[in-house]
Amino acid sequence: MKLTLRYFASLRESLGAGGEIEWAPGAEATAAALRTWLRAQSPAHAQALAPERAVRVAVDQALADESALLHDGAEVAFFPPVTGG
Amino acid sequence: MSLARVRIQEDDFDVGAELAALQGDRTDIGAVASFVGCVRGHTVQDDVSALTLEHYPGMTERAIEAMIVQAEERFGVLGARVVHRVGRLLAGERIVLVAVASSHRRDAFQACEFLMDYLKTQAPFWKKESTPDGERWVDARVSDDEALARWGVASGNAPGGQGGDGRGR
Repeated sequence: MKLTLRYFASLRESLGAGGEIEWAPGAEATAAALRTWLRAQSPAHAQALAPERAVRVAVDQALADESALLHDGAEVAFFPPVTGG
Repeated sequence: MSLARVRIQEDDFDVGAELAALQGDRTDIGAVASFVGCVRGHTVQDDVSALTLEHYPGMTERAIEAMIVQAEERFGVLGARVVHRVGRLLAGERIVLVAVASSHRRDAFQACEFLMDYLKTQAPFWKKESTPDGERWVDARVSDDEALARWGVASGNAPGGQGGDGRGR
């Protein structure tokens, strides 16, 4: 499936702003599965998206659980906990 | 002139003008409560000269709109306005304005606090501090998650904080 990836804050600094990717999910096309797949893409990805790192996910610009199912064309964003206000 | 009730901008805002616009010509409003957040610079623990604020254009506006809708469902809200700045802000500068109009003060105070608690943990903004030792990203605070939990909403933002999927349901 085609996805638009977005990274913000410290993740953007390590991985760039993101972009379009083609992803062939295995059993389940969840945000967690995508995160696991991304970790294998480079040492920087492995570090920034490591399981012990606090990373939040948004799907189509709404906060989502990592178990959220992704659809073709989805915009998936990974970012650190938010600190606005 | 009427501006959108949710605005993300680099420029400063005029608190008086925003509150006046929120009230407008309405005569059913009996209370306007507001909160202004500023860049906390030089304190006993910290020496922050500036903040750089990043956000997720598009999602930020949607997330704050959704928060206002939740506030409208919970409290007697007659109007609301949220202005949040992004970019580089110096110590002492205004960052955010949340203002709520209602018939009576209790709804205005509560909705204003609810919106701030929500915004702190669910709106996609990130702060980077400039200090004499260099720049550093600000860590999320568990206390902010706990503030949202008082309203019965799970935050799921800060590591080690309250659970939840962050969607507030």
